Amino acid sequence: MNFETTIGLEVHVELKTKSKMFSPSANEFGDTPNMNTNVIDWGYPGVLPKVNKGAVDFGMRAALALNATIAQDNHFDRKNYFYPDNPKAYQVTQFEQPIGHDGWVEVHLSNGTTKKIGIEELHLEEDAGKNTHTGQYSYVDLNRQGTPLIEIVSKPDMTTPEEAYEYMETLRQVIQFTGVSDVKMEEGSLRVDANISLRPIGQKEYGVKTELKNINSFTYLRKGLEYEEKRQAQILLSGGQIRQETRGFNENTGETVLQRIKEGSDDYRYFPEPDIPPLQISDKWIDEVRASIPEMPHERRKRYINDFGLTENDAQVLTSTLEMANFFEDTVKQDADAKLVSNWLQGEVSAYMNAQKLDLQETKLTPENLATMINLITDGTISSRIAKKVFKETITNGTEPKQWVEDKGMVQLSDPAKLLPMITEVLDNNSQSIDDFKNGKDRAIGFLVGQIMKQTHGQANPKVVNQLLISELKKH
Amino acid sequence: MAISKEQVTHVADLARLSFTDEELGQFTDQLSQITDMFNELQEVDTKGVEPMTHVVDLVNVLREDVPAAANPQEREALLKNAPDAEDGYIKVPAILDNEGDDGE
Repeated sequence: MNFETTIGLEVHVELKTKSKMFSPSANEFGDTPNMNTNVIDWGYPGVLPKVNKGAVDFGMRAALALNATIAQDNHFDRKNYFYPDNPKAYQVTQFEQPIGHDGWVEVHLSNGTTKKIGIEELHLEEDAGKNTHTGQYSYVDLNRQGTPLIEIVSKPDMTTPEEAYEYMETLRQVIQFTGVSDVKMEEGSLRVDANISLRPIGQKEYGVKTELKNINSFTYLRKGLEYEEKRQAQILLSGGQIRQETRGFNENTGETVLQRIKEGSDDYRYFPEPDIPPLQISDKWIDEVRASIPEMPHERRKRYINDFGLTENDAQVLTSTLEMANFFEDTVKQDADAKLVSNWLQGEVSAYMNAQKLDLQETKLTPENLATMINLITDGTISSRIAKKVFKETITNGTEPKQWVEDKGMVQLSDPAKLLPMITEVLDNNSQSIDDFKNGKDRAIGFLVGQIMKQTHGQANPKVVNQLLISELKKH
Repeated sequence: MAISKEQVTHVADLARLSFTDEELGQFTDQLSQITDMFNELQEVDTKGVEPMTHVVDLVNVLREDVPAAANPQEREALLKNAPDAEDGYIKVPAILDNEGDDGE
């Protein structure tokens, strides 16, 4: 029997507003525990939470960038559950009427095709605090409590773990470019839960699904789903039944492990939030937010291809993160050749970032310095061999390349007046090579260039030396 | 619609409450009477009436995204009012169930 896989993803994105969703406390964590909290965050009776307009703007911006329709009549609901990181004993969310619905993203797959993945809904809600467990006690920090979140629920449109992976990549990219979130999984500003089920090909109803939680990277998401696909197929093939359960991914074994068996549906006793009046979104407000959406990755790619003559692949790599795309554009603005900038960013710069495990903005490289260095190469001031040294110095220590090259005497020797006497001397000492050249042995040139390079400790401009040599040789 | 003892026990569990048998009986009767009273409302014809989520005639009570400065005195007072605190954290008995750890 052959099976068809169905995958749906629920993604939580933290919005980087300055203040919280319903309270004016600063939206920052990693600070002194509980420093950015007030009576609203602690769920004290009698407090009056108020909706942060900036969070609504950001939520709408994400929804519009993901091609969703904005609901104009919104209200918030209470989702009731007990847990120490949730001091009110409920989370304020949008259960009945999400702010956005029926969006989509287009993902690029490795076989060269694209696929449209639907987004069921996007809703605004608040994050919980953070628990640290040690032995008998848990320690609660409410700095994160009340951070605005947008939860993005996909349609069950994905049929392979690769599609799920690419959906996450695209979602991360689009949201990063909107500027509403850092979308960093390692920092928790992007989180994903996956639902996966199998059904015999041709069957209409979906099979029983399992939920995959606590996934720390896109790669683990793909691996976890691949494992789950195999596990479910094995059970079904041996005549067994899938149990509705929550499973976690074990990074060491590459397996999914049972966390919790779901008995019946969760009972959250939702009801409309009485402390927060309804939220009505006018056409004008939607238009304002739409106008505030920055240029999206696919728009930038188009521009890079049309304006700078880059390839589709170059454009894809450069727009993989907002930092990279901005860095590329800022460097090109300094009159550096776009293709060279693209090559350096994808080559040496990316290699350095990977080796040092740094983000682009964590390196000491600036667009100004990269542009200066590239222009030093194109105008012949330094050789590309020297450029590698200059690059290392600039990206490691933030050194200004032009000054450094001059201070270190690394400027390429291109002046014919200085090179000619050396060439004459070399030719005088190597009459055999002149004969070889006349007998059509091109290798002789290489040898002679090598001699000049040796004399100048690698600083002679090989192109100029080559030209001068040939014209001198012809005189003999 | 009568409320069953099982339903009351279930809701009490969700609210982390425990009742004696006597209390359970008492609440079951009371809650049944309350829901019966509400059932009378079902007789009103609401065809074509939009559902209402709020009784006060207010919309869009919004706040600009401006953060308030951290208030160490308020933090101190809140921590003092917590059942137990240590190193600036609220201290609670260990709960290993992972539910709710991700903003759900």
